[in-house]
Amino acid sequence: MTTTEIPAADGKGLVKIGQPLLRREDEPILRGEARFTDDVPIPGALYMEVLRSSHAHARIRSIDTDAARTSPGVVAVYTGADLAGEWVGQIPVLIAPDPAPLLAPRWGPIATDKVNYVGEPVAVVVAETRARAADALEAIVVDYDVLPAVVSPEDACTDRVVIHDELGTNKAYTWEVVITPESVDAAFADAAYTVKQRHIQQRCLPAPMETRAVCAVPDPMGGGGFTLYSSTQMAHLLRTLLAMTVGVPEQKLRVIAPNVGGGFGSKLQTYPEESLCLALARRLKRPVRWVEDRSECGVAMIHGRGQVQDIELAADSDGKITAVRVHLLGDLGAHCKLFTPGIPVIGGPFYHGCYDVPAFAITITSVYTNLPPTDAYRGAGRPEATYAIERAVDGLAAEMNMDPAEIRRRNFIPPFENGHQTVCMVPFDSGNYEPALDQALELAGYEQLRKEQADRRASGSTKHLGVGIASYVEVCGYAPSRMMAAGGGKFSLWGTSVVRFLPTGKIVVTTGSHPHGQGHETSWAQIVSDRLGVPYEDVEVLHSDTAIAPYGVLTGGSRSLSVEGAALSVTCDKVIAKAKTLAAHLLEAAEGDLEFNDGSFNVKGTPSRALPITGLAHTAAFDAHLLPEGMEPNLSAETTWDPPNFTFPFGTHIAVVEVDEETGAVALVKFVAVDDCGNQLNPVIVEGQVHGGLVQGIGQALFELAAYDDDGNPLSPTLADYLVPSAAEVPSFTLGSTVTPSPSNPLGTKGVGESGAIGSAPAVINAVVDALAPLGVTNVIMPASPMTVWRTIQAARAAAPNAKENGR
Amino acid sequence: MISAAFDYVSARSVDEAVSALTEHGDDAKLLAGGHSLIPLMKLRLASPSVLVDVGRLRDLSYVRDTGDEIAIGALTRYRDLEINDRLQADLPIVAHVAGLIGDPQVRHRGTIGGSLAHGDAASDMPAVVLALDGTLVARGPRGERTIPAAEFFCGFLETALAPDEMLTEIRLPKATGAGWSYQKFRRRALDWAIVGVAAVRNGRTGVALVNMGSTPIRASAVERALASGSSIADAARLAADGTEPPSDLNADPEYRRHLAEVLVRRALEEADGAVTAQR
Repeated sequence: MTTTEIPAADGKGLVKIGQPLLRREDEPILRGEARFTDDVPIPGALYMEVLRSSHAHARIRSIDTDAARTSPGVVAVYTGADLAGEWVGQIPVLIAPDPAPLLAPRWGPIATDKVNYVGEPVAVVVAETRARAADALEAIVVDYDVLPAVVSPEDACTDRVVIHDELGTNKAYTWEVVITPESVDAAFADAAYTVKQRHIQQRCLPAPMETRAVCAVPDPMGGGGFTLYSSTQMAHLLRTLLAMTVGVPEQKLRVIAPNVGGGFGSKLQTYPEESLCLALARRLKRPVRWVEDRSECGVAMIHGRGQVQDIELAADSDGKITAVRVHLLGDLGAHCKLFTPGIPVIGGPFYHGCYDVPAFAITITSVYTNLPPTDAYRGAGRPEATYAIERAVDGLAAEMNMDPAEIRRRNFIPPFENGHQTVCMVPFDSGNYEPALDQALELAGYEQLRKEQADRRASGSTKHLGVGIASYVEVCGYAPSRMMAAGGGKFSLWGTSVVRFLPTGKIVVTTGSHPHGQGHETSWAQIVSDRLGVPYEDVEVLHSDTAIAPYGVLTGGSRSLSVEGAALSVTCDKVIAKAKTLAAHLLEAAEGDLEFNDGSFNVKGTPSRALPITGLAHTAAFDAHLLPEGMEPNLSAETTWDPPNFTFPFGTHIAVVEVDEETGAVALVKFVAVDDCGNQLNPVIVEGQVHGGLVQGIGQALFELAAYDDDGNPLSPTLADYLVPSAAEVPSFTLGSTVTPSPSNPLGTKGVGESGAIGSAPAVINAVVDALAPLGVTNVIMPASPMTVWRTIQAARAAAPNAKENGR
Repeated sequence: MISAAFDYVSARSVDEAVSALTEHGDDAKLLAGGHSLIPLMKLRLASPSVLVDVGRLRDLSYVRDTGDEIAIGALTRYRDLEINDRLQADLPIVAHVAGLIGDPQVRHRGTIGGSLAHGDAASDMPAVVLALDGTLVARGPRGERTIPAAEFFCGFLETALAPDEMLTEIRLPKATGAGWSYQKFRRRALDWAIVGVAAVRNGRTGVALVNMGSTPIRASAVERALASGSSIADAARLAADGTEPPSDLNADPEYRRHLAEVLVRRALEEADGAVTAQR
């Protein structure tokens, strides 16, 4: 689609669901006019800078802050011990591996006696300017008693060094799902083919374009409350958690997330700096602000991924998968943040992918290490699961010398429109996996690519062509409270929305979602324009301010449209129902005789006698004496919506790479993504989400690694060393889609925020391995950097000097 | 990412810059495009107490034909090199490489003199100037002197410039119609080279390496082998001779040595191909 040709509203200013629309929030952002947290002018604000641990594991013997205290412009210097009295509770864990017991260490916003990762806060300086605070930070001297660091999760398992004395072990939990163990064992015993692979999900930095920023402001009117600005994905939940941990009563705290420049899950969190700014504003009775350095962001923010995956497949002689067995080792980092222990568990039931697998077993052990905590990062558990199963399925295809498209076709769960209970008892909503594969193969020119590959191989070229397929199914729409609780959720997250008709016929929508790049202002206005038949430009969407918006738990897990957007759709229905009662009353007709089209009610067959809903809104507000007996004035409604089920998007991605045998360089020459996110509200936003997700997954596959040395020192905290791909590193994407509506919500949508990041990494690595198969290569670890690929080729040559050139 | 405090002097002439350097000695640093110095300062890896800004000396931004040579003002920005007609005709490798450095923002700010004076082994321009056998012109309190490129890069981020000297001009012999190649091996378009190779075949063959040691270096063994009639493939095998390549996340020394060999071979083949194609 050419975005320059996207039409706007029709002649009446109406837009429809499904219509491509440019995002209304983009122009101020692109012009540089949009304000982010650190741009918000706060007169009299003090600046906080945080001194962070330079050791991965150490006891704090003493901290000398004398020189810093007398440094010019410094207002206060605090250590963890100085602030111990500020905290009334610990940040809770919101998804636990139920029912397995979770061993979780105590931790606070700032270390007191011990540090457990490089980057953990140990002291803060508050000064009149940021530069003064940064200068004073250098004057603080911390005397550490350095302890041996636990950097790898395998090492953590040995308990050679136990990080948290009070736990007595580094193991946080072991969680198992075994569906009829005897059937798994029997399947492996009877298998015609088996595959056994180990995969490493390297740690990734979320690296949002806007780093975090916080500003805590005491109520300038003297009401005793606080306003906290934060670059967060969860204004309301942040308020609740800060109330519980810093002790500011929840009703006295207003949290505002202004424009937020990306999060990818990293801002789905309660961070030390939020607690610190709030506590210091309370203590110093002045606004306190902080902004994260880019290089600070790599150590002070959660990391993504961090797993070691052992996966085994059993298959019969036709290539039908008969069992999947997985052992997962999760690297939680130094302690549990909100969702840390739950991330491996969320992915757990998805290790059979989109395949009909009769026997399944997974064991997840998660451990603490002396690295920053891991937590939700675009896909949160599902990219990891998809990677393992899609690599293993390719391994099975190679084992059987079968086309990787064919092996998938043979194993897909058959189409279903209204529910499929998986082997893990997960109630998939709707799915039809083969058409997405077919479309992807078609768009990629798969047959032609295989011919080119064969020709290339025959020519003896050192530039190897590889084609990689990945099919996926994932879970979105986090909300259904009963299912969340059954899955280990320690909180509920429903959708909320309020629609208020103003007397002039304009509409204000408030929503519980917290957009940070998703385009909700456009999408929510689009839903209202379509449902109520009012001009798109007449709908204002407000959000992300706890004083304005209804409680919305968080924006993440691709949940907004299918939960918060669905709540808005339900609210629109309520508004229409009330307006219809009023219209029937004014038209002296029966409600059943009325129809509602493009924003007007009329008696069926009598289009000339029409009452526009905007006029009814005016009547309901200012001519309330005309309302039927018992009807409340104003045309407004609100909804808190708890959906019946999750949603389960799916699709197939195909990567085409060229690998330079001499240098190990991988060039991504083509990428096809066919995603089914159910009904599409706005195809422009769907494409944008897919593009971003693809680059993120390609980043994990080829570029990104949060590297640490053996002592737990970060080797890639800056963007010079942590390689986030740009547009120059990826080809122009070829996108397709199929549409399988979800029965889980009234919009029939599934969610598309993470799909791109889920299918892309395994597609790319499958392509790299496919390219190098003639050289005897069977696996390449992520990121497939040139050096890694080159070494893998050298190792394969050494292992099999006469590797046959036999294609796959 | 907040630099330590510093004083700022805006120089209105080279003489003013040199006298500021003379006055403040080692505590002063020249600021040109700022794309090497400012990041170091923000990370507090460099904390000069005085910055002498020469970025406004527009009279040091030029590309001049001086007969056998092209003279380039030290404060000429990469973008101006990239689009310069004179360079495209007589020293196309310089225009081409200028267009490969960093991203458009960097190319519109960064200067050739700033890059050379910084002396980073991972930068592109030093290798090009080495391969071309250029000459650098410096001005100090005792006047002007010229330094052959081969003698300019002394150690890690260290050049032959004295603390009170300023690089003012780069003189490069014309290579009109010569075969040339620049191989920049990197993972992303905006990155520094993991290994880079500049090759110019113009009667003699000049080959220089990027990021293969603590300084920008000549691949002298390769040059000698070619001069004594070795094939390209044989000469390329000597690419890493005498080098002590660094180790980082992208490459360890063994891989860098391997890359140097592959890239020198490709550079020489491309340089030959270019000559052949022109004939």
